[in-house]
Amino acid sequence: MKTELTINGRSRAIDVEPRMTLLDALRDAAGLKGTHAGCEHGVCGACTVIVDGDAVRSCLMFAVQCDGMEITTIEGVAADPGELDVVQDSFCETHGLQCGYCTPGMVLAAKALLAVEKDPSDEQIRDAISGNICRCTGYGQIVEAIRLAAKRLRESNTAAMEAGE
Amino acid sequence: MSGPAKLFQGKYVSTDRRVREDPRFVAGHGRFVQDIDRPGMLHVALVAAQAPAARIVKIDPSAALAMEGVVDVIDGAELSAAVNPLMNGLDTPKVQRFPLAVGQNRYAGEWVAAVVAETRALAEDAAEKVRVETEKLGFVIDAEQALEEGATPVHPEHGSNLLLDRTFDWGPVDEDFARSDDSLKLRVTWGRNSTVPIETFGVICEWNAWEKVLDVWASIQMPKYADQIARALKLHGNEVRVHYDVDVGGSYGVKRGIKQTVLAGYLARKLGRPVRLIEDRLENMRSGDAHGPERIFDIEVAFDRDGTVNAMRMRALDNAGAYAGRAPFQLGKPIGAIVGPYRINSVQYRAMSVTTNKAVQEAVRGFGQAPTNYAIETMMDRVADHLGIDRLDLRQKNLIRPDEFPYEIPSGSKYDSGDYQAVIAKVLEQGDYDGMRAERDRLRAEGMCAGIGVAACLEPSGGNSSFEPLLNPANRTSTWMEGSRVNIDALGDVTVAIHTTSSGQGHETLAATVVGEVLGVDPDRVRVVRPDSLGSLPGNSPVGSRMAIMLGGAAANAARDIIRQAIAIGAHLMDADPGDCSYDSGTVIGPGGAEIAWTEIVDVAHRRFHDLPKGTNPGLTASFIQQVPTGETLPKDGKAQMYPCYSFEFHLVLVAFAPVLAKPELRRYVIGHDCGTVINPHIVKGMTLGGIAHGIGATLLEEFAYDGEGQLMTQSFLDYLMPSSHEVPEVQIVKHCTPSPLTEFGQKGSGESGYLGSPAAISGAIHDALKPWGIHLNKLPIRMAAISDAIAAAEEKGHP
Ligand code: FES
Ligand code: FES
Repeated sequence: MKTELTINGRSRAIDVEPRMTLLDALRDAAGLKGTHAGCEHGVCGACTVIVDGDAVRSCLMFAVQCDGMEITTIEGVAADPGELDVVQDSFCETHGLQCGYCTPGMVLAAKALLAVEKDPSDEQIRDAISGNICRCTGYGQIVEAIRLAAKRLRESNTAAMEAGE
Repeated sequence: MSGPAKLFQGKYVSTDRRVREDPRFVAGHGRFVQDIDRPGMLHVALVAAQAPAARIVKIDPSAALAMEGVVDVIDGAELSAAVNPLMNGLDTPKVQRFPLAVGQNRYAGEWVAAVVAETRALAEDAAEKVRVETEKLGFVIDAEQALEEGATPVHPEHGSNLLLDRTFDWGPVDEDFARSDDSLKLRVTWGRNSTVPIETFGVICEWNAWEKVLDVWASIQMPKYADQIARALKLHGNEVRVHYDVDVGGSYGVKRGIKQTVLAGYLARKLGRPVRLIEDRLENMRSGDAHGPERIFDIEVAFDRDGTVNAMRMRALDNAGAYAGRAPFQLGKPIGAIVGPYRINSVQYRAMSVTTNKAVQEAVRGFGQAPTNYAIETMMDRVADHLGIDRLDLRQKNLIRPDEFPYEIPSGSKYDSGDYQAVIAKVLEQGDYDGMRAERDRLRAEGMCAGIGVAACLEPSGGNSSFEPLLNPANRTSTWMEGSRVNIDALGDVTVAIHTTSSGQGHETLAATVVGEVLGVDPDRVRVVRPDSLGSLPGNSPVGSRMAIMLGGAAANAARDIIRQAIAIGAHLMDADPGDCSYDSGTVIGPGGAEIAWTEIVDVAHRRFHDLPKGTNPGLTASFIQQVPTGETLPKDGKAQMYPCYSFEFHLVLVAFAPVLAKPELRRYVIGHDCGTVINPHIVKGMTLGGIAHGIGATLLEEFAYDGEGQLMTQSFLDYLMPSSHEVPEVQIVKHCTPSPLTEFGQKGSGESGYLGSPAAISGAIHDALKPWGIHLNKLPIRMAAISDAIAAAEEKGHP
């Protein structure tokens, strides 16, 4: 059936089976491969996207449920090809990743946190990513990345982007 | 080797540079196997066996085949008639393994049939319609029961469940026991866990009938992958082309999906269309054949009253699961560090591997070293307890001293270098051991259980494969090489080729840094490529903590060859002796200070044959194949030089929990780490932190637990619990550098760091906390319930 999804600011009509998850719709119908499948039962957070401002697990939603909602995937985060946003750049600065598989979900979980909390404590940071499992990093450099991103965002959005180059 | 190696001072090596792989991943532009679409691609879903062992009477695919979009259903009978059995490292020819069960299945969840359809969803629907008629057989789950007289054999043709039983005697064990003041025995068990990457295993195979080549894209970390595919599918070696430019979503050893690949490869050839097999989480956990070691250690240790440990007898009994594969070799690698960092004079080691009706075991981070280190360090704690000596003092007493390197241990391996005392001293100081003890006592006074744990251990690195010929004399492996190629193009720019996939280890950064360092070129200007397997030099993939040493060595040596060629060209242009010329960041400097610029050298190499010195090939390119340092000979008399380099780590942990709830909380975590010269500090730090997190999981949470009926109980992320950002504390890393004398820059390996010592340290801390009750919890993982039950039971008996 047809459904209308607004993905990264662009509205697209896609044809999905009613049982198709948002995860599969994003990857297979919309061709956005940055959202990853880890468990497909709502535990690992690899499939995290932002729907109407909240970080959600796209494996637990059906695509048709998202009709008319605003969805941000990892592909919608960087301003332009080759230009990282502050959170992404902070992950690169602290090496808050290894294999990169959990990373899109982590970046989006971080963005959702930083959208509502400008000066998060470590506990808040750990809380915000506690539903995202990373098997590579042990989380240390991810926490550092989010700390750094928060600091940079506070200091100034645009200046911070150059600062990490 | 003479004297300690000097600290390496580089321009790029060891500096705080970003990891070049990171941007594509934070942008969501990794290229994982699931992201690859091939035109006309078909999808596979699997039919799994229900019982742990059953004879397959009949498989009826007709209902499935009748469904829309279903292309084919195959079973083990069809497949085994067409392909060779999968590689078996041991000399057990009757223990045969195919991607689908043949005749009978040997564990619950084993794949008995594969359904191929136009989409994965259709394949899954159809898999439910495949009718499998079976007759249940006897089964065995427990390793010790599997050894018993009359136990049900998992492979009746093999005759027993024993895959391997080798005893090694290194040194005067009996004499050392006889002359020692005292001895004690202990048993510890390492539970079955694994690395469980967030990306499951996946593979796409495509047969190109016009070129006669099988293209393979896979999330793989496997030595000799292409060779194994060719052998199993009865193809020539050059008829398999593995694409190494696929990002792997975590592996840490286990992504060895050979059965998946052979299955998909067979289907791709048969059906003439690309075939994709991506495990779902259930398939991955239950039947991806990626569980780790499960091992019972029985140890007897002899020591003097002053704390000197003289001798050890260790029996390691490993539950390999249903088929042999490479898993039993995980009993072999730890032989290279069988005494840990200690001067233990003699060792008897008995390595036993048995089959049971559990999923197949695969290589896991450390290849058996983490369980062994846990056993050795627990032994050291027990000896200290027994003698009433402080655990640190006991270790100090037995540590190999810095002036004793290279140090040959009883099993024949030489440790290259180390300064264990220095690392421990730094940790105690920078980690504020005194403060930690005060904190422990304060917590205890508040009624909490609190304890401190320590662990000192080694990470053998450099990954040769000496355990293969040691455990299986028919195997004559004495090289485990790695190749790299450096090209200078006609514009003078540098490209390095690496010949494997990566799963987060940062090999592109490694190769660029090393080549940049040698050539004096900014690593950011160095391009890194990954040719496919047919365009690659020989290599053995990133296993055994080897790439810093082996790929680093290969790339550095190839770059050195470029310099040699550049100097030859420059010298010729200046009419000088190459021996009188030098190279500095692209410029060749002649006697008297004359200079030939890089552009000129490149121009000669690429365009002006007439200006080349005699006997020099045009083009500036160099390949180098690195042999493992020290890997010169086959094992002799049961002794082997295992890996060349030995990194050291020392863990110091404070654990606290409430006596009733007993949820261990890691209040402080300090690790001292010495892996020689670090190529990229961010990468090494991440590996160490990730390793500790994995160790926390293995110690407290993670287990593939089977019930009495032979069913896996932890087959989703709801039951197989992994540490989240709440369970992993902030970790303080204390750095130290003792360079290796055997490698290019003094580097050693670090891919397994953290994981190799954290289980012993955390378990030790829990035991320190439980001291008042005198409780020993001898099996990992140590679950909350195990602790609280043990406390309750002890209190019932009137302790403390
Ligand atoms: S894939 Fe959605 S939570 Fe794991
Ligand atoms: S970076 Fe590999 S799982 Fe997080």
